[in-house]
Parts: sequence; C-alpha cells; structure tokens
Amino acid sequence: MEINQNAVLPVTGSGTKIHAVSRHKWKSNTLPALITVGPVTLWLAFFVAVPLVYVAVMSFCSIDSYYNVVFKFTLDNYARLLDINYVKIYGQSFLIAFASTAISILLAYPFSYLIARTKSHKKMLYYILVIIPFWTNSLIRIYGWRTFLGKYGWLNSALMALHLIQKPADFLYNRGTTILGMVYCLFPFMVLPLYTSIEKLDENLLEASADLGARKLPTLFHVILPLTAGGIFSGCIMVFIPTLGYFFVSDILGGGNADVIGNLIERQFQSGNNWPLGSALSIILIVITLVLVKTYQKCGGSMENFGA
Amino acid sequence: MKRKSRKVRLDVLKRIYGFLIYLFLFLPIIVIVVNSFNATTSKPYLSWKGFSFIWYTKIWENTELLSAFGNTMLIALITTAAATVIGSLGAIGMYRYNFHGKKTIDALLYIPVVIPEIVLGISLLTLFTKTNIPRGLLSLILAHVTFCIPYVIFNVRARLSGYDNSIEEASMDLGANRFQTFTQITLPVLLPGISGGALLAFTLSIDDVIVSYFTNGQTKTYPLKVMESIKSGVSPDVNVLSTVILVGTIALVVLTQTDILRKRKAA
Amino acid sequence: MDHKKKIVEISGVNKVYGENHVVKNLTLDVCEGEFLTLLGSSGCGKTTTLRMIAGFEEPTSGTICVEGENIDNKEPFERDVNTVFQSYALFPHMNIYDNIAYGLKMKKVPKAQISRRVPEMLDLVQMGGFEKRFPSQLSGGQKQRVAIARALINRPKVLLLDEPLGALDLKLRKQMQIELKRLQRKLNITFIYVTHDQEEALTMSDRIAVMHDGVLEQVGLPREIYDAPATKFVATFIGETNLFEGYVEREDAGLLTIVTENGRIPAKGKGFKKNDIVAVSVRPEKMKYSSEKMTGFEVPAQVKEHIFVGAVEKTIATLPNGNEIKLERLTGDIEVLGDVVYPYWNLDDARLLKSPSDTVVKAIDSGETLENVQPAAV
Repeated sequence: MEINQNAVLPVTGSGTKIHAVSRHKWKSNTLPALITVGPVTLWLAFFVAVPLVYVAVMSFCSIDSYYNVVFKFTLDNYARLLDINYVKIYGQSFLIAFASTAISILLAYPFSYLIARTKSHKKMLYYILVIIPFWTNSLIRIYGWRTFLGKYGWLNSALMALHLIQKPADFLYNRGTTILGMVYCLFPFMVLPLYTSIEKLDENLLEASADLGARKLPTLFHVILPLTAGGIFSGCIMVFIPTLGYFFVSDILGGGNADVIGNLIERQFQSGNNWPLGSALSIILIVITLVLVKTYQKCGGSMENFGA
Repeated sequence: MKRKSRKVRLDVLKRIYGFLIYLFLFLPIIVIVVNSFNATTSKPYLSWKGFSFIWYTKIWENTELLSAFGNTMLIALITTAAATVIGSLGAIGMYRYNFHGKKTIDALLYIPVVIPEIVLGISLLTLFTKTNIPRGLLSLILAHVTFCIPYVIFNVRARLSGYDNSIEEASMDLGANRFQTFTQITLPVLLPGISGGALLAFTLSIDDVIVSYFTNGQTKTYPLKVMESIKSGVSPDVNVLSTVILVGTIALVVLTQTDILRKRKAA
Repeated sequence: MDHKKKIVEISGVNKVYGENHVVKNLTLDVCEGEFLTLLGSSGCGKTTTLRMIAGFEEPTSGTICVEGENIDNKEPFERDVNTVFQSYALFPHMNIYDNIAYGLKMKKVPKAQISRRVPEMLDLVQMGGFEKRFPSQLSGGQKQRVAIARALINRPKVLLLDEPLGALDLKLRKQMQIELKRLQRKLNITFIYVTHDQEEALTMSDRIAVMHDGVLEQVGLPREIYDAPATKFVATFIGETNLFEGYVEREDAGLLTIVTENGRIPAKGKGFKKNDIVAVSVRPEKMKYSSEKMTGFEVPAQVKEHIFVGAVEKTIATLPNGNEIKLERLTGDIEVLGDVVYPYWNLDDARLLKSPSDTVVKAIDSGETLENVQPAAV
C-alpha cells in the first residue's frame, strides 16, 4: 500500500486531522493557502511585528548631539523613565484611566442592559444610535465638547441665563474635562462587549434565579454580573489601554494640565525629537497592554470580544 | 396594583436614563451641526449671530480644507479596497487551512486592535524612516491598511462561523470548478461579512487621527487639518464639512444595511 | 446481480488519514440501476467511501472505476456522479430555481432547456411552484426534496446519498423512504445510499453492503443479510439476535455440538472443526420455548420481563450466567415471570458464525474450562 506523504498542509475537516495528499494539483492545499493567508501574513509581519521589534531595539539606542539615532547600546532611556516629572505623569495618566474606566462602566452597564434586553422592535435602532456619533471625526467631537464647555459656550450661556452664575465658569482644562473626553471617546468600546455578553444571557437563568427565590439584587450579583464578566473585562481593557495614549483628548480638553503617557511619547517624536526615549516610553504602554491582555486570557476571556 | 405602578415608575426611569445617555453621545454633534449654520464671520466663531447657509457656500473657497478632505477620501477608498481583499482572503484561508504559525498570525492580528494607537503610529513612523518609504499618501495608506485588516478579518470570520463547507463541495459536485465555486458560492455567501468589514475599514480610515498624525509627512488629511485648526480656532467651514460627512456616512450605512437586511429577509 | 452491467467498480481501495486507517482494502461492485446501501455505524468508513466516489477524497491506494473508466484523476466537477448531502448544502443566496438550475448552467445547457427542465424536476419531487422561494423558507423535508432534484436534474450515472434522511423526524423519514425508492425505480438511476439505520437499509435497498471499522463485512440482498449474516457483527447490527458463544466440541457431518458457558447446544454448519471458536445466532422470532427440556436444548432460562412493542410482545429471559436473551412471546403460552423455560429452535433457523472472541480464545489457551469464562455480553 502506497501512502503519499507529500502533505504540506494538514487540513481540518470534520474534526479529524487529514494529511493532504497531492496526487492531483487541485487537491494540494499549498497554493490556495499561500494565496489566501500569504498576503495578510506578510503584511502583519512587515507592518506590525517588524516595527514593534524595531521600537524595542530603538529604546536601547543613544542619540548624538543633533538628535540623530545612534545604534549604540544604552540603558539611559530607561533610567530617564524614572524622572520624577515623568513618574507624576504616569500617576496622573493612571488616575485618568482608572476614573474613565470606572465611569464608563457605571454609565454603560445599565444602559447596555436596557438596550440588549429590550423587547422593543426598535432594538436595532437603539444599538445603531450608539454608533452613529462615532461616524463624525473624534477630534471634531472633542472640539464640540470644548465649544460646549468653553467660556462662551452653551453651558455657561445657559447657566448665566438662568442666573445660576454671574460670570462664565472655567469648566475646561483640567483632569475632569479630560476624563469626560476619554469617557466620551471610548464609550462605545465599553457598550459593545457589554451589549454582546448581556444579550447572550439566557432568559431562563434569570427566571430560574427568581424561581429559586432570589430577589433582583442577589440575581444581579450571583447570576448576571458573573455571566457577563467577560464582557465587563474586555470593555475595561478597551477603555483603559487607549486612555493612556489618547494625547489629543488631554491636549484639547486638558490644555496641558492633564497629560497622559501618550503626550510624553508624542512630544519625543515631534518637538522633543528624542526617538529612543519615546520608544522606551512606548515600551511601558506595550508592557501594560500585554499584562492586561494576558491576565484577561488567564481569566478565561476570549480574544474575540475585542473584534466586535 | 402596587406591582403595576412600581413597574410604570421603573419604566419612566429607564426612559430618562436612556435619553440622558443618548444626549451625552449626541451633544457635541449637535453643537457642531448647529454651529455649521452660524452666521458669524469673526474669530473665534463662537458667538451665535443667527442662522445662515453662508458657510455652506464659503466652503468652496477653502481649498486647503477641500484638498485635505480629498486626500482622506482617496486614502479611505484605497485602504478599504486593499484591506478588504487582503483581510477577506486571510479570513477564508485561516478558516479553511491548518498550518504552522497560524496562532502567531492570530496573535499579530490582535496587536493593532489592543495596543494604544500611538504605539502603532510611532512604530510605523520609525519603520518608514528606516526603510526610506516616503511619508505622504503612500505611507498613510500603508498605515491605514495595517489597522483595518484585523477588523475586516473579524467581520468575515463571524460570517464564516455559520458557514457550511458542504455547499462548496455541492457546487463542485454539480460541475463548477474551483474558480467558479469561489465566485458564485463562496464570495456571495460571505458578502455580508465582507461588506460589513469594508464599511468598518472605510469609517476607521476617514476617522483616524493618531496613526495619521505620525505617518503623514507633509500630506494633510481632513482630521489632521482639523487638529491644526483647533489650535487657531475652528472656523465654521470645518463644522460644515463634518456635518456633510456625518450625513454622508449615515446615508451610506442606511443604504448598505437596508440592502443587507432586505436580503437577509429574503434568504 | 451478475447478469447486470457493472457501473461502479471499487477495487482494493484504502484510505488513511494520518494514523487512522478508515477504509481497509475495499472491493465492491455496483450494478447499473440498482439501489445499493452502505450500512454501518458512524466512523465505519461508509461516508468516506461515498466521498471517494464523488471525488472529495482520494483513495490512498486502489482504484475506482465508473463505467469501466478509471476516475482517479478526475476532479469532482468532471465526474458524472452527483451527491445529495446530509446537510442538504443548498446555496443560501439562491432561490430554489437557481439552486436546481446550477448544475445545468455549469454545463452550459441552453437557457430555454433549463427553464423547461427545472419545473419538470420540481414537479417530480412534488415541489412545483416553489421556484421563487429561498432555502431558509423551506422545511427540512422540502429542502431534502430540492437537494435531490438539484442532483437528479443533471442525469447522473450514479446518485450518491449521504444519510439524506438523517435530519428528518420518523414519520417524514418513512414517507421519504418510499418516495426515494419510487423515484429511483422511475428514473432507473443507480443509487448509492449511506445510512446507519438498518431498518432504512432493509426497506429501500436492492443490495446492502455492511461496513464495520473500515472493513466490508458482507454484501447481499436484504433478506440474505438478515437471514444469513456472514459475521458476528452483521448478525448483531442488523435486527436483534441472541448469541451463544462457545467452541466446537464435536463435529459430525455438519452437525455440531457447541460448548457454551451455559451448557451444550446443537448447531448445524459447514466448514467448522473441533475447537473452533464460534457463535450461534438465533433471531428472537425464531426462538421458541418450552416448559420441558427438548432433545439437545437443555439450557434453562428464567422469564424476567415482558415488553410490549406494538405489533408483537417480547419476552426477556435470563440465562444461568446472567446473559439475557430475547424471544417473541407466543400467545397462549405459559409466561409467568420467574418461570423457568427451555429455549429451542429449528437448527436451520440458527446461524453458526466464526467468532474469534478474545475472552474465549484466552480461556482455551490457558486450559480453563469455559464455565469460568464470562463471554462478551451482546
């Protein structure tokens, strides 16, 4: 008996591992696999993997007196990360990220629950209405907030018209407005995973819990929250991580009073022109991302939640 | 009776809560749309001087803004086409074939989605500098395709999860060769996933600020133009263009989505 | 069936997936116009065999010929065979008309001819008027009819059916069995039908090929398979049977004495010799019982239960070693639970089978008496 072992790509079909036998050309899976997976592989390798490795390498490089990158190994960049002014900004950045995440979840969870479990035929509309605002440019929307909150903005005009205040109040340029902007920008990233996980909840489970004598709050804590934990966790990651990097939000709404790590990186790559230092700062963000995502996966979270 | 009145009260609360959230989401957009009709012509263009279409006519004079907008559309169209082709093929291939390194590709796919955009932006900047890829339209397209591919793949993959492989076998059984099977069966069946991915890629591309900010060189896209003008005070023509884009996007989505909905009903 | 023309010849076919030898040295001929069923439990290699004929899988070795022509190098779309899939595999984005017309369009049949043949075909499967519907708007039975029409319209030399009725409920399945058989007779197309349902196989087939663990165990007419199973597997898989396992103690001109755990029983059979390990298979309906010992049949059984199964009533009785046997309850017989009866049968109604059962072989090798051996429960 002759068993052809020209198999290059074992194919999964009906759950069993099959060795492709290439007696006919068409049945060989090598060519179609290369055509389909080849481009995306090359693209990701060249535009995702290589650049990230290069940034990691650059974070150990030096600069000369003209701010050119010199491939000379140094740990200086990492030493400079411990600069007290930087450390203060990390603290502020984390504070903003934590606050933004917490507020997002408090606002988004009841809201997602309402739209995910409504029996109204307008359910799809409710869902789309969450996404529509995000079809206008995020910068423009943040600018809209600045206009609204500004000295001559609608809020001040309204408050003055109601004689609640005598002269325009300063709402802008602090951590509060920056957090507002972050929450606003990232709100759908919290809503979407929550919506998906809440929609998947089996109505029978809620009924079973009520049937077994649980009131609304125990049902919430013992059934609903644990079952939607995956959505909550992925929503938190989707809000927390970008918040550390959204430099333009703190630029426009924080006015330099609420910088995040992203602002530090941006400065090094633009005005500061110290790319190795900027790379080292970026490594902080990469490490935080990795730690959070790995923790998420360890807790049994599915990466698919990020794809929604 | 008590139970019923409590239910009504809860219902009112739910409505108020929902309304407040939507207000929060739409407030800045209302500000922009209203300001696009503001008759004011003096900086900082904030005080309300009455309703007018003046900025809708003046927008043609702002050639810089229009050319930035043209760049954005050009980049978005090319990005959408490239990311859709590469992503759809990739999704089909990764669904169908098993090979070494599949897990690595899968992990790489999630990187642009989860890492902060600024990291992707600066890493692409360093790559383009090192490899002497000129910064401008080309680098912007390359960068945009990079962060769009994963979303196309996720969309097509979602469609593939309900896909019955035997329809391809049935097609070949009935006399269609591989190419005919791909164009007449595989593609049409996956089309909703592919077009959803394309739509997402398009909106991501026209909205992108951070990655473009680092990879643009001298070429301005519409968001970058907005960023520049925010520093000097945004003139109402930016509001006008934003309003137009919003209306255009809504129209595009309503058209394509209802098409999909109608087909789904029929299918 | 020798007088008929062979249309499919499978010779020496093996299929290996990695470590799994799924089809083992299969040789089987299918005659023109016949309804042949590949019968076996899941994983026995029957579907793989079907897929090799269709061209979706390639034999690791061996050849398959259709009308005398080796089709090994033909792609599925070049083969004059069509398949009805278990999942129906209707194209979800095409209406019923386009689904059925697909094969003809691929063959570049003129449009006028297509628009004449499609409604004809739909009428044939009693689905006339459904042209504009989409697959998702049809019930399982309707989908199945469309899937059959879509395959048959191409006038294939052979129609391959992969458990086509598996997803239907019992009543609809019975109805479709009759319709399929009627359709096959009317069109005189060769059907190769895969199923795990022995009753379905017995009802519909001209011939049945029983497969087990990749091996073709027996091919024959339904009655042959049922009345004269060639192997222990066939005997137990098709219909119910009672097995008495043991070894040949004495052989005398085709009359044998078998030693079983529960005592000696007589049997008839050719080609057996002393010490052969065998199993005697007796169908429940062939088994009788008496309150007294009959000549040769001295194994007692205790009546344990009566089961009402519709047309007949069955009795379960326990043998001394604890194994159970099934008999058909005879009206007017003694049948009190707990009674001891003596089962017997006409020697021509029993089937003597070679049974290389491990436990029995081991027992003989070690010189143990069979009384101490627990035969494999059946």
